[in-house]
Amino acid sequence: MPDDSTVTDPAQMIRCLPDPAAPDAPLSPHSLSDDQLLDLYRRMVEIRRLDALAMSLQRQGQLGVWASCLGQEAAQVASAHALAPQDWVFPSYRETAVGVVRGIPFVDLLSQYKGIWLGDYDPHKYRFAMNSIPIATHALHATGLAMAARRAGDDLVAVAYMGDGATSEGDAHEAMNFAAVYGAPVVFFIQNNQWAISVPLHRQTASPTLAARAGALGFRGIRVDGNDAAAVHTVTADALAHARGGSGPVLIEAVTYRIESHTTADDQARYRTEAEVAPWRERDPISRLDRYLSGGGLLTDDVRDGAHQHADSLAAATRDEILARSPGDPTEMFDHVYADERALLEEQRQMLVAEQRAFEESWEDS
Amino acid sequence: MSGFTMVEALNRALADELEDDPQVLVFGQDIAALGGVFRVTAGLTERFGDRVFDTPLAESGIVGTAVGMAMYGYRPVVEMQFDAFSYPAFDQIVSHVAKMRNRSRGLISLPLVIRIPYGGGIGSVEHHSESPETYYAHTAGLTVVTPGSPADAYSLLRSSIRSDDPIVFLEPKRRYWQKQEGTLPVTTPDIGTAVVRRPGSTATLICYGPTVDLCLETAQAGTEEGWDLEVVDLRSLNPLDIGTLVASVEKTGRAIVVHEAGSFLGMGAEIAGQLSERAFYSLRAPVLRVTGFDVPYPAARLESFFLPGVDRILDAVARSLAY
Repeated sequence: MPDDSTVTDPAQMIRCLPDPAAPDAPLSPHSLSDDQLLDLYRRMVEIRRLDALAMSLQRQGQLGVWASCLGQEAAQVASAHALAPQDWVFPSYRETAVGVVRGIPFVDLLSQYKGIWLGDYDPHKYRFAMNSIPIATHALHATGLAMAARRAGDDLVAVAYMGDGATSEGDAHEAMNFAAVYGAPVVFFIQNNQWAISVPLHRQTASPTLAARAGALGFRGIRVDGNDAAAVHTVTADALAHARGGSGPVLIEAVTYRIESHTTADDQARYRTEAEVAPWRERDPISRLDRYLSGGGLLTDDVRDGAHQHADSLAAATRDEILARSPGDPTEMFDHVYADERALLEEQRQMLVAEQRAFEESWEDS
Repeated sequence: MSGFTMVEALNRALADELEDDPQVLVFGQDIAALGGVFRVTAGLTERFGDRVFDTPLAESGIVGTAVGMAMYGYRPVVEMQFDAFSYPAFDQIVSHVAKMRNRSRGLISLPLVIRIPYGGGIGSVEHHSESPETYYAHTAGLTVVTPGSPADAYSLLRSSIRSDDPIVFLEPKRRYWQKQEGTLPVTTPDIGTAVVRRPGSTATLICYGPTVDLCLETAQAGTEEGWDLEVVDLRSLNPLDIGTLVASVEKTGRAIVVHEAGSFLGMGAEIAGQLSERAFYSLRAPVLRVTGFDVPYPAARLESFFLPGVDRILDAVARSLAY
């Protein structure tokens, strides 16, 4: 599908939906049905509402921190939407939209940020690995799992989600190189959102594009407009078919933009101006799909309102659930360290139990 | 000729597990055609095909892909070529191998073994003689095992591969060619059990990996002084078999920990702490440490000055007895 110019020329990338910032850019055909496009739209509206809920919960002190995916909904939702149920996702911490599309209740994703547990969903059920905070380390897990599945003769692709900053890490290189050497069915989905906390893309790489890196390692790279849901879906489906067919890994560079600060603990005013962010607001992925679908008569006011009402009610229910969620017995911290019982940990567990009991007794006495 | 070396024991353990369990995979650098730089994996790829394979030269990649394979139900056994070359994989080992079970609330097991030849005494260049055991033993979620004999090398490696927990398996490289009488297979006590290798009453020498034979040799030399030294081989550094150490000290009243790693915050420090908490009234002298110095591992012509030796240990016994 891609020619080399889309991989190495920063001005070139695959687009399917008209881009107001590049009205003359050529458009490729997409492979989505009307129902699929509407489903992408509803999902993107939903995740934007949930992301806003998380931001407000953090400001209210209910979450320790939150990493917003505002502006990256097309990249995340459309790529996740293209996956087969048996495929495995290896996410970083920002892939909440991907998790929601995989079926994880949003409250279970919030749980980690409320500090209930270090991760609070069943990774096997959703085929969504525990999200990885050390940058790029999980890309190797994706490659390893894909190597294992290929060895077992199973039909699945592992998708490693990373950001532009992650491509500077050695583990990203090693993961891509191993995948290429062994022909492992991995899709490296790089959301190039232009910023790694405060460091811009040009400080991460001197390469004209991130997609070009795949060529140096002997596998296919693709560059796609990450704010174009139809293009992201089409390119991801194509990459998955390539990997699934035994032709080896694919790197997708989805060009997008992180509208919010890195996390709620970050302050983007210290390193970039609103003048830089503003044009990207104009290229908002939901508005873009909205215009396309409205123009084609697919998205009516009723459908749009329905999507927003559904998102609002889901957010309200999620809010109630996360507020009600509290940590369990603190001695659970000893339960999952090892498969078998360890004498040292049992001693420390008993110490904590005794401490708690003494505290409760002194509380009752006072 | 009967008997087997530690390299032969490790090779046979790998072969027997590959034979018994189709989920076992063995991979690393130079381990296939070459059979590993120490020949531990010699002949395995000929016998088991692509279940024993070479990787690109990237330690983090080796351990990180092993994590993914273990998540999928395989039992990877990976080799780090030398001790100091395990450091590029340190992030994977500490941040993921050790923590995945806990992070996932017990839903993900990582049954993988990271084999690391370690320790000095072979006259090698820098980065080939280090003792990194404390880094790994300190990390919650890791199990750290180190055999001191060929029989333990065989039995503990088989147990490690069968464990549902990730294991850092430290192989004392200067004992690779040491021979032991008997035939394989053998079964020795399981992971987490220390063993009294020589019973005695004068003092307890606590050792592991490369210092086990050294302490046995020291105990033999000590008989000339009229000393009857007990030698306890830890075999497993985490979990640590405190019970066996306490029982020994209750008998002898004196303990000397011997390892190649530096003393500062080393295994000896932990053992001294544990014994002072749990056997205070049995101790007739402070727990002493005979260890490598707290300097970077020296050049080959200086390593004999750095490494603990028989005389340095006997001197420590004398100091202990002088209390």
